[in-house]
Amino acid sequence: MLRIDRATYDAIVAHAREDHPDEACGVVAGPEGTDRPERVVPMLNAARSPTFYEFDTADLLKLYRDLDDRDEWAVVVYHSHTATEAYPSRTDIGYASGPAADPRTHYVLVSTRHHGGQTGLAGDDVEFRSYRIVDGEVSEEEVEIVETHLFGHSPTTVVYD
Amino acid sequence: MAIEVRIPTILRTHTGGNKTVDGSGDTLSALIDDLDSKHSGLKNRLVTEEGKLHRFVNVYVNDEDVRFTGALDTQVKDGDSVTILPAVAGGC
Repeated sequence: MLRIDRATYDAIVAHAREDHPDEACGVVAGPEGTDRPERVVPMLNAARSPTFYEFDTADLLKLYRDLDDRDEWAVVVYHSHTATEAYPSRTDIGYASGPAADPRTHYVLVSTRHHGGQTGLAGDDVEFRSYRIVDGEVSEEEVEIVETHLFGHSPTTVVYD
Repeated sequence: MAIEVRIPTILRTHTGGNKTVDGSGDTLSALIDDLDSKHSGLKNRLVTEEGKLHRFVNVYVNDEDVRFTGALDTQVKDGDSVTILPAVAGGC
């Protein structure tokens, strides 16, 4: 199960809407070894494409050095699909099953296919789903959204590079 | 002096949990062989059966992605810092 606070959830959805029709991508960092997604780090989609995303190679190095310095790891890797459902594609599964990819990562998929930009209308929700991907096997997991005020403090910082 | 190698979380199962390990060699290929002799199984995770660097793995020597500097033939020397990371990409 992915347990995520409301502010983090909203930040991911806002990023996906903002970059629509291109795919948006990023990570949510948390203390290394934990399952706590606390700090949203939106990344630039180096492919700038509606059908593909990739972290720029230099940005990737910078990100992981930064995580290392903070004793964090990527609890969540997220990206959006802009014309298809929020389910991992073959390419997504391939990368997520790579030999250096950590199987403890939660892969969040957001689909903006029905609602690209914010409409302000009732029912204007994007699809938000989470998966574990291990050795080519995809298993969907439940997403529990925790209302942020329950934390009693504000754990989420959004850092735009 | 040695070459310091940063290991991604999942591959630390090969290094006794260590984030960084030291190795030696003149090329990335030789360095990986040296690492594999001390941390068995590491090479299989990084290099394909065809002898190429795995496409879903990024390796950097200092700040340079080795894809642009000769891949496994990239020259390395004592004092260099090597970082191994999972490539992060996908698509619909």
